[in-house]
Amino acid sequence: MGIDRAAVDHVARLARLALDDDERDRMRAELDDILGHAGRIQALDLDGVEPTLHPLPLVNASRPDEITPSLSQSDALRSAPEAEDGRFRVPRIIEDA
Amino acid sequence: MSVAPPHTLETTIGLEIHVELATASKMFCGCKVAFGGEPNTRTCPVCLGLPGSLPVVNERAIEYTTRIGVAFNCSIAKRSLFARKNYFYPDMPKNYQITQYELPLATQGHLTLDGESGAVSVGVTRVHLEEDTGGSLHVGGSGRIADSEYSLEDYNRAGTPLVEIVTEPDLHTAEQARLFVAELRAIVEALGVSDVRMEEGSLRVDANISVRRAGEVEHGAKVEVKNMNSIRSVGRALEHEEERQRKALEAGETLVQETRHFDEKTGTTSSLRTKEYAFDYRYFPEPDLVPFEAADEWVEALRASQPELPAERRVRWKQTYGLPPGDVAVLASSKATAAWFEAAALAYGGDAKKIVNWIIADLFGLLNEAGIDLTECKIAPAQLAGLVGLVDDGAISGKQAKEVLGHMFKTGDDAAEVVQDKGLEQESDTAVLDAVVEEVIAENPEAADKVRAGQLNTIGFLVGRVMRKTGGSANPKLVTELLRTKLAG
Ligand SMILES: [Zn+2]
Repeated sequence: MGIDRAAVDHVARLARLALDDDERDRMRAELDDILGHAGRIQALDLDGVEPTLHPLPLVNASRPDEITPSLSQSDALRSAPEAEDGRFRVPRIIEDA
Repeated sequence: MSVAPPHTLETTIGLEIHVELATASKMFCGCKVAFGGEPNTRTCPVCLGLPGSLPVVNERAIEYTTRIGVAFNCSIAKRSLFARKNYFYPDMPKNYQITQYELPLATQGHLTLDGESGAVSVGVTRVHLEEDTGGSLHVGGSGRIADSEYSLEDYNRAGTPLVEIVTEPDLHTAEQARLFVAELRAIVEALGVSDVRMEEGSLRVDANISVRRAGEVEHGAKVEVKNMNSIRSVGRALEHEEERQRKALEAGETLVQETRHFDEKTGTTSSLRTKEYAFDYRYFPEPDLVPFEAADEWVEALRASQPELPAERRVRWKQTYGLPPGDVAVLASSKATAAWFEAAALAYGGDAKKIVNWIIADLFGLLNEAGIDLTECKIAPAQLAGLVGLVDDGAISGKQAKEVLGHMFKTGDDAAEVVQDKGLEQESDTAVLDAVVEEVIAENPEAADKVRAGQLNTIGFLVGRVMRKTGGSANPKLVTELLRTKLAG
């Protein structure tokens, strides 16, 4: 176990976070703690124990296929930083993983 | 590197197919599902991914997906789950797509294709449910992402229920892949769960294709082919791509794993030249949605209420109407055509093959010319049956019937009405025809003598004369009989 700087950089890139050096150090330590905790659970013998996907014992929560009113175009675009021709305007897409 | 002769190469194809479901509302919210329209007029806090909004599963989407799974002979999961697929792309406002990962609704199915080279069983790995993305317009430059200045997003489509169907790499020719897509389209259409219009994107096909030397254990470099916008394109694109890979291997080149784009106009594929990443989508169980458990009785009830599927229909038609496989394939290819034919055959009641011939040889021609499909045709199935009935009764000739059909196609009138309006009815009054036949015999003594002498093929000439005199209205069968009697040696 243990997380290095490269792993912090990888996670930060996946989450699109620009971290400075201090933040990277702090995140490395915090993530290390979290993984350490997960490591204690992983050390237990959990064969045959179903993963708990949800804390609630609920299944099959659904709704009938019925149309409800949508937002107007102007309401939909209200919180958009930029809009053009009824569409959300976003910066140039740079394909990256 | 040694150069392999062509016959030692083998092709492997797997398909990934997306089908938009024709539910009334979206997957996780009540926004209306529709095609096109003013941008961003069918959105809400849920499908815009606004903070605090929560998705709720559309139960009809679950039912439809399960029906697809049953139709592909899948095992339906007792417990399935939604997952988050994380990626940053502005066509998904949440920065993740709700999909299924570890526990899809249906797995381990198969479909049997009756190809030219015999039956092929194609494994269906999984059938899962997810949400569709919005649509992007790239502005500036050539209109492609790479050199655009910015993009414009329309989220009307975002959140539309989308089913993903993944096959095993069990297909070995472009034709098999094309057949699979055609059959899938017919099945999904028969189920009534999607309008499966490839041109509108409600049916989308991506293919993985690789060519390797026979006997090699490892598959060749997998090439993903995108942008095949019709069933015909699937065949063309994969044929081209297979040929490209074969030639490269025969020339001793090494193929690379990549994504290629099919160009409809040139019929060729070209590399998208995107950097290839091992995408890290960080799937995890969707915390906002609880698992779905499919009760056995519920699945059985769906199974029992499945509509007749194309394969079953083909068997029944062969048995009921004795139609050859070629005709069956054409008529069973779409739900509308199948229903139209059945209604016409039922109304006619006679030899269904006659109805089939009229549909395939004549009606399809008229539809093609007009650029419409059968659902838009003014002629009702029973009206075609009526027309064929008039030919059977000898009221009109087959040639006249084609003319009548043309009028019916324009006006939607009954065959009998058209015949009356146009004065097309065949002259079947023996007394009237008798006089004309006598005239023709008198005017053509040489021909008449030939027939008397036993040269029966000359009768055709005399029949033609009678038809000309009557402006084509004489019943040719009756005329022939009259001539035979009068000129009997
Ligand atoms: Zn919505």
